[in-house]
Amino acid sequence: MIRLLLLLPFIGLMIVPFYNIREPYLFGFPFFYWYQLAWVPLTSLLTYIVYRSVRRAG
Amino acid sequence: MLANVDSAAFAVFLVLFILVTGMGFVAARWRKPETLAHLDEWGLGGRKFGTLITWFLVGGDFYTAYTVIAVPALVYAVGAYGFFALPYTIIVYPFVFAVMPVLWKVAKNRGYVTAGDVVRGAYGSRGLELAVAATGVLATMPYIALQLIGMEVAIKALGLSGEVPLVLAFLVLALYTYSSGLRAPALIAFVKDIMIYIVVIAAIAIVPSKLGGYGAIFTAADAAFAAKGSGGILLSPAQIVPYASLALGSALAAFMYPHTLTGVFASSGGNTIRKNAMLLPAYTLLLGLLALLGYMGHAAGLKLASNNDVVPELFKTLFPSWFAGFAFAAIAIGALVPAAVMSIGAANLFTRNFWKVWVDPKVTPAGEAKVAKITSMLVKVGALLAILLMPTQFALDLQLLGGLWILQTLPALVFGLYLTWFSSTALLAGWAVGLAGGSWLAWSDGLKPLHGMDFGAGKVAIYTGLLALVLNIVVAVVVNLVLKGLPQARLSREAA
Repeated sequence: MIRLLLLLPFIGLMIVPFYNIREPYLFGFPFFYWYQLAWVPLTSLLTYIVYRSVRRAG
Repeated sequence: MLANVDSAAFAVFLVLFILVTGMGFVAARWRKPETLAHLDEWGLGGRKFGTLITWFLVGGDFYTAYTVIAVPALVYAVGAYGFFALPYTIIVYPFVFAVMPVLWKVAKNRGYVTAGDVVRGAYGSRGLELAVAATGVLATMPYIALQLIGMEVAIKALGLSGEVPLVLAFLVLALYTYSSGLRAPALIAFVKDIMIYIVVIAAIAIVPSKLGGYGAIFTAADAAFAAKGSGGILLSPAQIVPYASLALGSALAAFMYPHTLTGVFASSGGNTIRKNAMLLPAYTLLLGLLALLGYMGHAAGLKLASNNDVVPELFKTLFPSWFAGFAFAAIAIGALVPAAVMSIGAANLFTRNFWKVWVDPKVTPAGEAKVAKITSMLVKVGALLAILLMPTQFALDLQLLGGLWILQTLPALVFGLYLTWFSSTALLAGWAVGLAGGSWLAWSDGLKPLHGMDFGAGKVAIYTGLLALVLNIVVAVVVNLVLKGLPQARLSREAA
């Protein structure tokens, strides 16, 4: 079941109308940009969580 | 030829290029195998690359020199839409994590070198094997040509004119790939990627401070698009589906290419690939920030002859010339790694799935390596001639179709890892219809990657490659159902 975490980046990035907006800004970046950039470390983290469980399982 | 050259920039460029060339030849002795006259060694570096080498190698050949030029150029020209490369290079990794370790295991256990090998192993079909292999080679050729375009832009930015520098650089590349195989780009990738990281980090740290910060950069880009009357720093409603479908389709296609698969097969194990799926997004972060160079071009008020000049011009305008030379060297060297891996991937396909099957079934491992070495040379010469003799647009159009084509090999390559339901005939039919139908759609849309579809609620444009993939899968399912209904077909399949 933990593998389903890998679907979150797909969902988070395919809902384009949700993040196709300017505000809130972060460090001068409109939401559209920092939201997508934030998915990079988030995806790595989710992958790491899945990796830990897969590695233990064998 | 040397009239407009800045000597500091040129000196830095030349020193780095010579260094890398030396590394290319020395690579034959790096992690020295008993013999290089075996495709596992020449074409896959012995399947022993650990996490770090795989990270540099796959990062180096997935995020190509052309990316460094073209993504900021697209963002400069159209704005937010050009950013689809970011979601694309994020969602590709969960897919890699889930699928590629399975593929690696099959390849390792059975000694497979290419996607064609995997497909033949799964279905025992020469036809499907040839279809997958031919698609791989055809899709890769224009991709290599694209790397040359990236290199051309960097060489031109240095002030060198004429085609001699490009030909020389490519000749050097061809020679060390011939002698060292995959070890050459794997070793060079270290230098290339570190250089690219330095260049991009310098750019994103220093350029904004010169242009008044990121807020000012977005404001300037916004104003430039408003003045131009097209593009924007957000997507227009009509761009939303194209954005999402291009990201998804590109992500599914990315690891069907021979060069990315070669990186996967060359790694030392499933966990190496899984760890890389976790670590490779570092490059994506870099790419996302790199894309912003397009907006920095607006903020710096650059006047460009071609959108592709945005990155070189930005460096020439805002940095000392020696660092501009360093940046151009990074881009030119950045083209060498993917070009080498692509030509090796294509050569492996040709050797294993065409030469060994149809020309010389009794070929020895040493013979295979020989054929692959010569093929890699021919593939590169072909790409060079295409760039020198044909308009650039031709390579770009073919590259676009190439993405669509390679995506059509996904069902044949991936479904068999999980299911035994599909027959090779059904997958071959799906591949043929997807390939022909997709190409025809793209052709009739004037070689644009998007096709307008009417679902009753107005027209929506979708990435054509994704439409073709859906068609491909539907045809495969239908044909399979029909074949299962025919008892004699079932018998012959069981006999095969």
